[in-house]
This record gives sequence, structure tokens and C-alpha cells, in this order.
Amino acid sequence: MRFMLLFSRQGKLRLQKWYLATSDKEKKKMVRELMQVVLARKPKMCSFLEWRDLKVVYKRYASLYFCCAIEGQDNELITLELIHRYVELLDKYFGSVCELDIIFNFEKAYFILDEFLMGGEIQDTSKKSVLKAIEQADLLQEEDESPRSVLEEMGLA
Amino acid sequence: MPAVSKGDGMRGLAVFISDIRNCKSKEAEIKRINKELANIRSKFKGDKALDGYSKKKYVCKLLFIFLLGHDIDFGHMEAVNLLSSNKYTEKQIGYLFISVLVNSNSELIRLINNAIKNDLASRNPTFMCLALHCIANVGSREMAEAFASEVPRVLVAGDTMDSVKQSAALCLLRLYKTSPDLVPMGEWTSRVVHLLNDQHMGVVTAAVSLITCLCKKNPDDFKTCVSLAVSRLSRIVSSASTDLQDYTYYFVPAPWLSVKLLRLLQCYPPPEDAAVKGRLVECLETILNKAQEPPKSKKVQHSNAKNAILFEAISLIIHYDSEPNLLVRACNQLGQFLQHRETNLRYLALESMCTLASSEFSHEAVKTHIETVINALKTERDVSVRQRAADLLYAMCDRTNAKQIVSEMLSYLETADYSIREEIVLKVAILAEKYAVDYSWYVDTILNLIRIAGDYVSEEVWYRVIQIVINRDDVQGYAAKTVFEALQAPACHENMVKVGGYILGEFGNLIAGDPRSSPLVQFNLLHSKFHLCSVATRALLLSAYIKFINLFPETKATIQDVLRSDSQIRNADVELQQRAVEYLKLSSIASTDVLATVLEEMPPFPERESSILAKLKKKKGPGAGSELDEGKKESGAELNGGVEPTASTALTCWGSGLPPPTSSTVPTSTGNLLVDVFSDSASAAPGLAPATEDNFLRSFFPLGDTVSLFVCKNNGVLFENQLLQIGVKSEFRQNLGRMYLFYGNKTSVQFQSFTPTVTYPGELQTGTQLNIQTKAVDPLVEGGAQVQQVLNIECLSDFTLTPLLNIKFRYGGALQNITLKLPITLNKFFQATEMLSQDFFQRWKQLSQPQQEAQKIFKANHPMDSEVTKAKLLGFGCALLDKVDPNPENYVGAGIIQTKSLQVGCLLRLEPNAQAQMYRLTLRTSREPVSRHLCGLLAEQF
Repeated sequence: MRFMLLFSRQGKLRLQKWYLATSDKEKKKMVRELMQVVLARKPKMCSFLEWRDLKVVYKRYASLYFCCAIEGQDNELITLELIHRYVELLDKYFGSVCELDIIFNFEKAYFILDEFLMGGEIQDTSKKSVLKAIEQADLLQEEDESPRSVLEEMGLA
Repeated sequence: MPAVSKGDGMRGLAVFISDIRNCKSKEAEIKRINKELANIRSKFKGDKALDGYSKKKYVCKLLFIFLLGHDIDFGHMEAVNLLSSNKYTEKQIGYLFISVLVNSNSELIRLINNAIKNDLASRNPTFMCLALHCIANVGSREMAEAFASEVPRVLVAGDTMDSVKQSAALCLLRLYKTSPDLVPMGEWTSRVVHLLNDQHMGVVTAAVSLITCLCKKNPDDFKTCVSLAVSRLSRIVSSASTDLQDYTYYFVPAPWLSVKLLRLLQCYPPPEDAAVKGRLVECLETILNKAQEPPKSKKVQHSNAKNAILFEAISLIIHYDSEPNLLVRACNQLGQFLQHRETNLRYLALESMCTLASSEFSHEAVKTHIETVINALKTERDVSVRQRAADLLYAMCDRTNAKQIVSEMLSYLETADYSIREEIVLKVAILAEKYAVDYSWYVDTILNLIRIAGDYVSEEVWYRVIQIVINRDDVQGYAAKTVFEALQAPACHENMVKVGGYILGEFGNLIAGDPRSSPLVQFNLLHSKFHLCSVATRALLLSAYIKFINLFPETKATIQDVLRSDSQIRNADVELQQRAVEYLKLSSIASTDVLATVLEEMPPFPERESSILAKLKKKKGPGAGSELDEGKKESGAELNGGVEPTASTALTCWGSGLPPPTSSTVPTSTGNLLVDVFSDSASAAPGLAPATEDNFLRSFFPLGDTVSLFVCKNNGVLFENQLLQIGVKSEFRQNLGRMYLFYGNKTSVQFQSFTPTVTYPGELQTGTQLNIQTKAVDPLVEGGAQVQQVLNIECLSDFTLTPLLNIKFRYGGALQNITLKLPITLNKFFQATEMLSQDFFQRWKQLSQPQQEAQKIFKANHPMDSEVTKAKLLGFGCALLDKVDPNPENYVGAGIIQTKSLQVGCLLRLEPNAQAQMYRLTLRTSREPVSRHLCGLLAEQF
């Protein structure tokens, strides 16, 4: 896989993960271009399209588009299910995930994705092992930190 | 504020995100961000040392701002500090920041690398994984330099935890993709292969990805993975839908792993071991059978996962292209999908069938679906699906259905999406030429193309129709009549005017007998279009007019009037003015005879002369161009020889601004004037170089014997069709050689997934005879571009077979697959040896056992010219020894074949018999197969 994007129906980018080296400028251009193409497509159209020299696989979940760019010989259907598996992971972690969860906990969305995919290849397809890894991390975090007061949080203490 | 804030999030961050979301305008958002940036900057610069938590929070805010699309130019140092924190979450955010905002500051990189090193050595699996993720996410060359040798160690160390192994495998894969030269191969490779047997499915999944990539470069090192992959696959395929527990996905056992294993197997030819092969065929059959079973779940995830495996299995079947039964079953399965209610499946079925169409076993089976595919082209609502349908029609086209397919494509063109029109035009043009039985159909088709989609008809297409009409006198009258009719339309495309002008200028006389198309009518018709045309077309029309003066003397006065008018003779455009002046003078000064000679009908175009080739040659690096002349070879001289179409060939003369063909009958004695009239002028098409060398005229080589062309020489054109040209340049010294392959894209369209691979037939597979190392080439080859590939060759021991070069790429959606022989023959490793007469005969006698000698007596295929013969023998590699043979007509040579394991001394004698037009060739070497092989190779050369 070359990259993965999550964006809303309004064209707001919510998550971007790049598995190829390109300049920031080029990335922005690609994001803009691809969002336009995907958002213009009608609901019943097929989930695959050729774009530049890549294949794009996308699927819409509620208000969010999940969009993966893969290479010529990669398998489209399994990529579609890879998206679904990622959504399941988010869903399981956040408990019925919504766009807001991803906005406010963007770093978690990245961590989950990192546990699931690495360098654009699937690392583990088991929902259990991925979530176990994330939850372990959360446990470590909770041990680390004692809760703080609101004022302290706002930097007013 | 969201209801969920897992694991105690950072409240300050959440507040900030809420603020941003509440901003009513872009300006407000920028203002809020700038305020935050100022705040963070002051915190970072402040005197008070920040605690880890605050650092984490601010770094996270910066990250958020960056992801919103704003530039961040500070905070890297704070993030790097977080890396050395021993609190997991701080470290984690630090790594996230580093991998998203990669910075090339070398001081920072040193610090980051240090932190990564520490974490890798920490033996704490979560820290190790974080570090590996960071390496993979950044994936830069610097990272590879620092860690490419460390990661393999982590991967194969006995005590590494499974989760770390998985990360290490994929991390290594990423590094290998960016910098293959930095990843050391070694004994770890064999241990990686055995990860396929690992108990942990996650480890296997990660390992397969890694092996699939590594084995492409070093297929032999990883050969054992084939049988391991087959048995793993077989276990998965035959397992019940719940056996694999968490690795079962919607009742499909391990779909990702299955797909990856099938992908890995596509890196290799079919297994040679009968048992392994049998097991694999069984797997493939099971997968095909399962497609027919009722689904275990109604969920789309179930069918998607199942079909993902099915499509990958079909890809493997197509890759093997050796099991007719499986190929036909695959085709039938795809046929069912063509009418499936899921758009996704229809799309994939069309795509997959495209490749099936090119297999001889399934081509006919694919053709039976023609009606469905045509229907898809007409009715699919999604343009990307229609595109696939058009690709498939193109791929399944042959002589039997060409007319139907071309006419369907033409009618589709009228309503086709603008985005795919040009491609359809090219496809129609190629098919029409390739399968034309009668040329009137071809002419009709191309004129229709211009009529329907004139804007999308590139120059190559209309050049080509003219080339064909000029070369085939049986179609000229028809073409003249048809263009004349087409030009009657009140609005016609400029390309039509160009074709019309050219054809009527050449062959207008063939229809002039009909009063409805008398010379003057023809002229008036053309001239009525003149004023609406571009300069280039007008220039072409002026040439048509002067041709008219020659064809029809009765139009002379009218045309001279036109040429004389101010709008021509004083035209602001230099080219038009010059043509008008010169044509006017020519028509008034020259006698009828001179005029007739100068303006004679165009001579036939040399076959296959390609303008794109000429362009290619200009761009070309060393080698491929200059050596071409050595590759002269008669081409199947007939147009439409049934082999390859060349829609991309161009006219070489006339008003199009190109120089006349080499065989032009224009007499040079008429001096400068004619040069001005006919040749290129500064304003017209400066980019096209004159393709006058003979070498470009004969571009098609019969595939089978290209290697024999290269036995006595090292450079030339190895292969050429209408898409691709491959030039070769090589040098050999002792048992080593280096070969440069130049791949030229002759089209204007990008090649995708361009992968040339060297494969070894038969006993070459053992790896004990030849060792060829290649570097991968960029998978994208731009239109008109040329890429170079270097092959390093080592001869280990004597060999008789020829290594193969397989080239796969996608051109306009269709997979192209070309296999040809590499011109690496044993004689390349010849080292010439000079010796005296007595030494020669002494050695000759030493090699007197019958099996050491090979002899052939054969008829001469080429004129028996002694200079040519000498050159060939020297090219063959041996030394020519003078005054050895008592008969001066005979040739005697000596040399040593240098291989790594042994040297083979070799003596040869060639005795021509001019009267009988025969040769006798005798070879003596110390090894029987070498004698026979060299004798066979050399005998074909005379």
C-alpha cells in the first residue's frame, strides 16, 4: 500500500498515513486531487478506481471515507476488507466509533493503524492481538499518570 | 467534548481541538492556531523546565496543527527528548511526531538514531516495537544506513517475541524497498524462509510479505519457500471455517495470509516437484470449488474475503498459464461475475479476464462473453467499469470478431467519457489496422474515428492511414472517393482536411472522371476549408494545390490565382509565404516534364518507419541508437503482416513538415528549390528528427532467432514491437560480462508496473552455469522515455541453453507479457589465442577423440564474402590464425572459453567451397558438449 487517507464528506482530512517518500507539497496535492475524485463518485459505483499509476480502493462509513492507494498487482478486495478490519478495530476500541472520536483522539487512531499496518503491509490480521497491544499501552499509560485537576490541565495552576 | 477519552487523554489538547472546531471561519482558525503556536513556543523557550507530560501535550498539539495542514518548524527537539523518556505514552507521542514530521537536520537524526538504538537494545518488546515502527515509518536512506544490519538480527534472534518478529520483518521490508543495496543478505535469509512454518499466524503473515519482496531479486536464495508456501496454503484452504479462531474472518480462514501466499507463488514458475505441484493444483481447485458453494454468511465481508482469495488464485493460474483446465474454469467463474449484482465484482472480473484473454488456452473461452462485455460497455453506469470493458474488448479482439468490436467501440466513442476517448481512439486504430481484411474497411474506420472524435485523433493515427493508402494501390481510389464525400460535410474536423488534402493531392485523379468530383470541384471543396485551418494544415493544403497543378493542368490558372493572392504570397507566416512563392514560381517556370518529375506520386513508404522511434533515438542514451544499423534484418515486408500493428508510425514527408522517405524519387539535381519545397522548415515540427538511416526502416525482427543475430556481435536491437524497443549493448571479458539493456517506450502513454526479470530455463536453473545479477528498473516508464538496466553476468561453467528475459508491464490497462532470449551464448566468454602453425597442429592432434570433434557441412545462407566471414569469426571471439592451413581459402581459429570453474581450449576450422556454395565447419574442444554447441551456433552464421 502506498498511503491511506480518512476524510469526511465535507472534504476534511482526518487521518493520513504515507508509506512512500514524497514531499509535503506533493502529498497535499495528491490528497486534494484524490478527495475530489472520490467525493464526486456516486454511492452505487464500484469501490475501485485507477488513479495516476495507482489503484485506489475506498469505502464510506457514515460520514467518513476510508481510502487506500495500492499498487498494480495488489488485491483490491482484500484491501477493501483491510479497511473494514481497521474500522472494526476502531469500533471495538472506542465503542461504536464516530468521526468525533477520531478527531479528538487522532493519536490513538494512528497508534491503532500502526499496530495493524506497518510500512504499508498488514502486520497482524487478528483483532485480538492488535487490540491487546493497544490496551497494553493504555494500561501503561494509566499506571504512568495520576489524574490532574482541570485547572492544571489548562495551564492555570 | 467527546464521550470517550480513552486512557486518560490530554484535556488541554481536547480543549484546543474543540476551539478549532468552533472556529467559524478559516481566518478565525488561523488566528487560534497562531495563538497556540505562540504559546507553545514560549513554553518551549521558557526558563521553567517542562515536565514530560506538558512536553507530550504540546508536541501532540503541534502534531494536530501539522495534520490540519499547517507548517510546523519547531518542536522537533522536544519530541526527540520524549523518545528517551521511560514513560511509554511520552515515548509513543515522541515517535509519532518524529515519524510524521521527518526532519533532515543531521544533529537531530543522530539523536533520534541514538534513541532508537537504545530502545532496540532494551529487550522491552513494546519499546522495541515502537522503535521498529519509527524506522519503518520514516523509512529513509539514513535510517537504512543506521539499522539495515541490526534489524535482520532482531528478526531471527531466537529469543525475540512474536510481536517484535512481526514488526522486524515488516520494518526490514520497508528498508529493503527504499535501499535494497544497504540490506545485507546473509545466513539470516534461510531462517526467514522458515518463518513460513512459524506457529504464530501473525508472524507468518508478516514474513510472507518480506519474502515476496526479497525473492524477486534473489529468486534462488528463497526457492525453498515455494513448497513451504504450498503446504501452508493447503492447510489453510482445507481447514474448517472456525479452525483458525481469530484468524478466521467472517467464516473465511486467514484470507490475508492466503492472498499473500498466492502472491508469493506468483514470483516463481510452477513447482517442478510433482507432489508439490499436485498439492497446489488441489488447492486451486478447492478454491474454485468453494466459489460455487452457498455462502456461509450473507455479509459482504464474507464474500469479499472469499473472492479476494479466488481472484488471487486466478492470477496465479494465469501466471502459470499451463493448466488449460484451470484456465477455462477460471474463465467460467469470471463469466458468472460479469453479471453479478455487485459492481465491484463486475469490475474485477472484467479486469481479470483481460489477462485471461492473452492466454492461448483461454482466449476462446473469453470470447464467448463478448455480448456481455459489449453490454457492459453500453450500460454500466460507472466510467471505471466501462473502461475495463473497453480494455477487455480490446484484449479479446481477433480476426473473427474485429468488425463487431470495432463498430461497437466506434459507437461507444460518440458518448464516451472525455477522459477515455483518446485511449479508445488509439485502440480502434490499432485493431482496425491489425485485423483489416479489406482496406476499404480500414479507411472507413479511421475516417469515422476522425469524424466522431477528431480532437482525440493523434497525428500518428492520421499519418498511418495515409501511409497505408500510399502503399496499397488497391485502396487508393476508394480512399479518394471516401475522403471526398467526408469533406462534403459542412463542418469537418481539421484532421479530416489534412487527410483529405493529402489523399486528393495524390490520388484525386482516380475520381476526377466523375463530373461530381471533377478537378475543379475537388479543389474548390478543399479550398473552402482553407481559411478555417491552422497554419500547419494550410501549408499541407498548399502542397496539395501544387500537386493538383501537376495532376490536372486545367486547374493551373485557378490555383496560380490563389497562390498569387496577397493572403498567400504576403502571408505573415513565413512558412506559408515561402510555400506560396515557391510553388507559384515552380508552376510558372518549370516545364511539364520537370513538374511531373518533381511532383510525382509519393513513393511507397518504407515499412514500419516510426516517428516515435526517431524521437526515441533523439532522447536515447548511449548504445541503442548507434548500434542499430548492425541489426538489419529483413522484416515481413507486407503491411498488416498479421504480426504487429503500428498505429504509431508517421508520414515522413509532404506538408507535414517531415523529410521525404529515403527512397524518394525526387531528383537531387533540381537543387535548392526542391529542398525548400519538400523538406522540413524551421517552423514546422522541429522535434522530429529525420529518420533517414536505414536502421529504423526494418524494425521487426522475427522473434525466434534474435539470439543467433547476436552470436557474432554484442550490440543492436534485441526486440521491437509497436510498444517497446529493447536495445542491447554488452561487453565480455574472461568469464565476466556486462550487458546494458535499453528499454524504450515507443508510445506516448506511460508503462506501468514495468518489470523485466531474467529467468533460467532447464539446466540453467541449477545456478551452476550462469550467474546473472540485475538491478531493478523503475516500474514507471514514461511515454517516449528510455530506461536502462545493467546485467552483470558471470559464467560459472559451460552452458548450452540461453537465459530468458521476461518483461511484464501494463499498457493502457492491459497486461503485456513478453519473453525473449537474452543474447548470452557460450562463445561470449571466448578469449582469443594466437599460436603458430606447429602448435596448432599439435593441439589439433591432441584433441583427436571422436567425441571431442563436432563437424557440420552446410549450405551458405549468405554471400560467401571473405571479409564478412573473417569479421564474423572474429566477432565469434576466437583468434584467426594466418598461414596455418595450407589452403589459403580456409579459416583457422583458436581460443579459450573462460568459465569460473574450468577453461576449455577450442580450435576451429572453416572450409568454404565457393563452387558448391557450401561450408564445412569443424570444431575440436576438450569437452564434447562445448564442441557440439559452438559448432551449432557458428554454423548458423554463414
